[in-house]
Amino acid sequence: MNQDLIRTIQEKFPAQVTGTHAFRGDSTVTVRREALREVAGYLRDELGFEFLMDLTAVDYPEREDRFEMVYHFYSFKTNLRLRLKAPVNGKEPVIASLTPLWGAANWFEREAYDMFGIKFEGHPDLRRILMYDTFEDHPLRKDYPLKKRQPRIVHRE
Amino acid sequence: MGLETAFGHSFFTSRVDDAVNWARKYSFFQYPFVTACCGMEFMSVWASSYDIARFGAEFPRFSPRQADVLFVVGTVNEKLAPVLKRVYDQMCEPKWVVSFGVCATSGGFYDNYATVQGIDKIIPVDIYIPGCPPRPEAVLDALMKLQEKVSAESVMDKKYK
Repeated sequence: MNQDLIRTIQEKFPAQVTGTHAFRGDSTVTVRREALREVAGYLRDELGFEFLMDLTAVDYPEREDRFEMVYHFYSFKTNLRLRLKAPVNGKEPVIASLTPLWGAANWFEREAYDMFGIKFEGHPDLRRILMYDTFEDHPLRKDYPLKKRQPRIVHRE
Repeated sequence: MGLETAFGHSFFTSRVDDAVNWARKYSFFQYPFVTACCGMEFMSVWASSYDIARFGAEFPRFSPRQADVLFVVGTVNEKLAPVLKRVYDQMCEPKWVVSFGVCATSGGFYDNYATVQGIDKIIPVDIYIPGCPPRPEAVLDALMKLQEKVSAESVMDKKYK
């Protein structure tokens, strides 16, 4: 069943899928950054993945495309799960927002922006969600100094 | 002074400090500034097994303006730091602060970008309670230590002015 799912996506987007992985019911599909919105829309509208469970990013400093976006989808209809990945370049970390498709993506994308500095095109309100506004840099990047401390903030008036 | 001799056992004499401190140390109104899992342990101090009411400190006031002791229970992060400072500033004197657990005391194992490395970076602290979380016995011990500290103070002290 998971192999069917992966094959379906591969056959629909042969040029956009750059890799797949399946292990004990966990299906992963990696797509090109430009195709994310299109593939995600197909997952939601055609394959019934109406639930975006999680959205996060990973920093791989040694890779050419430094960041990797990770999306977890679930379908109530078919009881299938799917992990979608998309690499994002470190010099220009921009990727399409999924907020227009799933409202759940809104705060997740704000968190990924806050922690990794990835910008989401089409996000309605992209600002920090965990750290305060005057915080500089993005703390979950691997090159953020472990012992770095920033000036203490004052109470907002 | 001879007053007891003249009036029998109908009154006794004392020092103002002793009388005031006796009243203060057995009627702490506490402000529980609870941010994390330590709060669950803190609640058990209230419950019947440990019963903080035996020390006259069972009454939480959720307005800092009515509180005597600020219990900082749990991790304080950088975003929350100005709020804690403001709560402390709003408390009337005399006031005391208890740092509850390692996170409030030193940041604990959260040695990172988000966590204040001990609330004494922001406000003065009277008693530190170690533990992750502290045992209720440790909390009662800290309360008794605070009572000792209060009984050694004087109403003439200038430390709060």
